[in-house]
Amino acid sequence: MEQRNVHLSPAELLPILPGHSSPGRFERVLRAGKFAVSTELAPPDSADPAQVYERASVFDGYVDAINATDGSGAHCHMSSVAVCGLLTRAGYSPIMQISCRDKNRIAIQGDILGASAMGVANILCLSGDGVESGDHPQAKSVFDLDCMSLLQISKNMRDNSTFESGRKLDKAPAVFLGAAANPFAPPYEFRADRLAKKVAAGAQFVQTQYCYDIDLLKTYMHRVRELGLDKKVFILVGVGPLASAKTAEWIRKNVPGVHIPDAVVKRLAGAENQRAEGIQLCIDIIQQVSEIDGVHGCHIMAYRQEHAVPEIVERSGILSQRNRRQAPTR
Amino acid sequence: MYKVRLWSVRRARALEIFYNAFEKMVVALHPVWNFIGYDRIEKPFAVTEKMVKGFLFDCQMCGQCALSSTGMSCPMNCPKSLRNGPCGGVRSNGNCEIKPDMACVWVKAWEGNALMSENKVHVVQFPVNHQLSGRSSWLAVARDKNQPTDKS
Repeated sequence: MEQRNVHLSPAELLPILPGHSSPGRFERVLRAGKFAVSTELAPPDSADPAQVYERASVFDGYVDAINATDGSGAHCHMSSVAVCGLLTRAGYSPIMQISCRDKNRIAIQGDILGASAMGVANILCLSGDGVESGDHPQAKSVFDLDCMSLLQISKNMRDNSTFESGRKLDKAPAVFLGAAANPFAPPYEFRADRLAKKVAAGAQFVQTQYCYDIDLLKTYMHRVRELGLDKKVFILVGVGPLASAKTAEWIRKNVPGVHIPDAVVKRLAGAENQRAEGIQLCIDIIQQVSEIDGVHGCHIMAYRQEHAVPEIVERSGILSQRNRRQAPTR
Repeated sequence: MYKVRLWSVRRARALEIFYNAFEKMVVALHPVWNFIGYDRIEKPFAVTEKMVKGFLFDCQMCGQCALSSTGMSCPMNCPKSLRNGPCGGVRSNGNCEIKPDMACVWVKAWEGNALMSENKVHVVQFPVNHQLSGRSSWLAVARDKNQPTDKS
């Protein structure tokens, strides 16, 4: 039979180094002990691939990986598998988010294989927002798995080359596994222990919810270090620019799980140019966060302010400084 | 009932002691269950379990009870059925993001766990087996402890 003219691998992958799980750049940066920067791409409400590339190109040269969200806020958008498939073709290093809200274990495991086949090297396992908070509250929410069992199943596929059912895979997906963490929501004392559970289930990196309260983060990180977790998992702290004091107030009221202290709202309200102050605040937080022991990077979520990401990365100095930092133990 | 559910969490230690004794009895009676036939007693057991645990914990009869690992707060009452801890959306007052008038099941689980002797909240729970839904978890324990099945 005549061979069709197709590229068997849609992505240019790196050789997997000893001790690494994936052929991706993101894991390499972290394991080399560098302060990593990831960001988030808002998937388009469109069937046009050009929109994905347009949105990704904003970050060119400034980030190590791009999260492709999976129906974030329970709103319908282009799927994360598809966004990631497009991104790997163009040489980007995506982190595919998987939410347990919309798919059962049969669909999810299929997506993991498909994504890996398309060159996706990083997967972020999430429980997901409830359908009630999105634009289709009439939808059936699935939650067949939770983030923890999703981590277990993904790890099992990668390390033991089997589906949850026990059926063998021909080729295991070489993926670097991540999870989310929120140190800023109750029950606070449980949060670091919950991270320990995620690590036990298979998490190799975590990205946190937006950090606007450094003291709360420090308390959390103290407990994380006590449990020795900073040696077992790479921690990227979530940050993001607030557009104005009004936006901050709106988020406080309407987005559960995001904690914005009064001082932050006051600082924004008192500024002449609130947007610029929001960016400055984000830069300040990144700099403070990078000084905390056990923090391995930051995850910049700049929803509707994606164009500010290069400026934030540039002015915070994290990329220029990172080569001087000492490598962590793993 | 919501109020009874919260009451049960506050009495997690007493319920733990009671359950451990009860479990021992059910497991010890295995020859009896085996003689009558597990399939024949499945239904009366499931009905009783649903009544008792439904009253005390708002049990949803998942058939693979995790109450001993969740501070006597039933995780199946979480709108996302999270069995391994709270999601990131817990409100600052400790209530659920989806049901604002309900205390987060996992905030309660953490409180209940602190009262109990074993710290089992840290054990990672496996994915739910939906084939067991509606079946008695008491009988399942009696059967499993007497005839350990290969659960690898």
